[in-house]
Amino acid sequence: MAQESHPKTVPTAPPRRLSNAYQNWYRFSRNPTAVIGAAIVILAILAALLAPWITPYPEHVGAVVNFRARHLPPSAEYWFGTDNVGRDIFTRVIFGLRISLLLALVVLGIAIPVGTTLGLLAGYFGGWVEVVIMRLTDIALAIPPLVMALAVAAVLSPDLINSMLAIAALWWTWHTRLIYSITRQLRTQEFVEAAETLGASKFHILFREILPNCVSALAVKTSLDAGFVILVGASLSFLGLGIQPPTPDLGTMVASGSAFLPDYWWESVLPGFAILIVALGFNLLGDGLRDLFDVQEVR
Amino acid sequence: MEFLLFLFRRILWSILVLVGLSIVIFAIARVVPGDPARMALGPTATAQQVADLQEKLGLNKPIVEQYGMFIAGLSRGDLGRSLLTERPVNDDIRDTFAATFELVLATITLAFVLGVPLGVAAARWKDKWPDTLVRVLAIFSAVTPSFFAALLLQILAGYVLHILPTTGRLPHNMEFVAGITGLLTVDSLLAGRLDVFGEALRHLLLPATALALATMGQIARITRSSMIDVASQDYIEASRAFGVPEPIRVFKYMLRPSFVPPLTILGLEFASLIGNAFVVELVFAWPGMAAYGIRTILQKDLNAVMGVVMVSGVFFVLVNLLIDVLVGFVDPRVRIRGSR
Repeated sequence: MAQESHPKTVPTAPPRRLSNAYQNWYRFSRNPTAVIGAAIVILAILAALLAPWITPYPEHVGAVVNFRARHLPPSAEYWFGTDNVGRDIFTRVIFGLRISLLLALVVLGIAIPVGTTLGLLAGYFGGWVEVVIMRLTDIALAIPPLVMALAVAAVLSPDLINSMLAIAALWWTWHTRLIYSITRQLRTQEFVEAAETLGASKFHILFREILPNCVSALAVKTSLDAGFVILVGASLSFLGLGIQPPTPDLGTMVASGSAFLPDYWWESVLPGFAILIVALGFNLLGDGLRDLFDVQEVR
Repeated sequence: MEFLLFLFRRILWSILVLVGLSIVIFAIARVVPGDPARMALGPTATAQQVADLQEKLGLNKPIVEQYGMFIAGLSRGDLGRSLLTERPVNDDIRDTFAATFELVLATITLAFVLGVPLGVAAARWKDKWPDTLVRVLAIFSAVTPSFFAALLLQILAGYVLHILPTTGRLPHNMEFVAGITGLLTVDSLLAGRLDVFGEALRHLLLPATALALATMGQIARITRSSMIDVASQDYIEASRAFGVPEPIRVFKYMLRPSFVPPLTILGLEFASLIGNAFVVELVFAWPGMAAYGIRTILQKDLNAVMGVVMVSGVFFVLVNLLIDVLVGFVDPRVRIRGSR
């Protein structure tokens, strides 16, 4: 039976996938929030990558001082105004995006593989594996990421890498919980039982049978999380625990600009809006993907 | 009986989580590279001074014994001495925690008082303008960093409109010593000082709003979706058929089960709420745990930092315990399932 049906399914599979992709794209493009979100995310990534070529004053990234132009309000020359030592804030905001996006990339780059693997293991094997992993998750959930990063900063030194590691050390819990709940539902499904009966290895079952069914939930979660990681990172640098000056960082800019409120409001408010917009982009994209894939598991 | 069993299991879990938390914190503080005594004293200290401090902190003992000392201290509620203030960490935290607690309490109240009605309105007028408004509000409240919301509120209410104070818990010229609870709003009422109560409330409003925004948006969203879920249940249809008036149907039969998801969300979100409280306290010069925590971090005062992290964790675990009990109270199905 299995041998007979095998050749039949292979030729039909590729075209169906292609039309799926087309349908998905059509539905995605009909969802205004998703399109706006995707546009913001793509623009932010492009701007961060091309920062040295698209910003008007790339030299203002360093410790440049230009006291004649300090505290200038937004104008055609300086779109977002200038800061307390006369540097162009627009340029520094675009460069600041690099740090925010890098942070999201590194934290999720660590958290997703770790969290997913643990979630698969806990959900599939159950028993003591489940107890150990899920209790570990409960413990990690009890520590606020921001407070953890503060503690790590206290022990090591306050800088970007330590903050990233501290956030990543807790962030995997959310992925573990998500993948765990999906895996537990899938474990008893026929296709998993079929693979078990055919003698597939545990590795095959976990990563080739169950994991592909988690991909859409992971995509939604990742997009939403990227926004939240950026927010946590911005809060850390606002507290002075992010990358150290003069490298431009959005949270640091809000903090240093807030000393000059309310007169020179643009120095803190405009970088703050930049954080908000980027986080908004990832959030809308995640919401759109959730509607598209009809994922119920991710809130 | 079932409820007691549920409670017992839940408390046991909480204790387990706290033990795990203490190991994690201890590991961060001790197993990391570098010598805590050397870090506290700085590079100019002599070897003798470092050795003395190591002796004093028990750092020359084996690691398991050190953890034993740490746990023994914790179980007595003793977090050791702060190197910065040279006082017991307990005293420092007790002095600052009340302010943080008051802020968090006001935040949760505000988030529910605003979030639940918004969610109910969005569900009642689904796909109409109130729904859209709540959706937009929820998204923006989720993506606005707390410190930025704090700054914007400070600019708007403090500098542009001049209606609310932007820093501290009370005006500088107001004399009032907090009493038993340490919560100024409660203590002032107990002391019969209405003027202090008014001022304390005015000072509380901006930081609590800044902190509540994110949670409020989540609560509104979750209340909306759970109200819509409940609305399609048979018993609601039945109550409609029986001619139960709409207000009773919405508020008595639909809202009560709809309370469970927002409560659960609050429990999960509570960790990030404490984290954000640190940032918001800083913006509003709120004399809470955050200012203390950040000061001690910059001074590499490990005992104090461990204390702050531990207290934050305990706070989180207790709130979640309380929420689980509340959920069990609101929804009897949960306590029956949970006791098995």
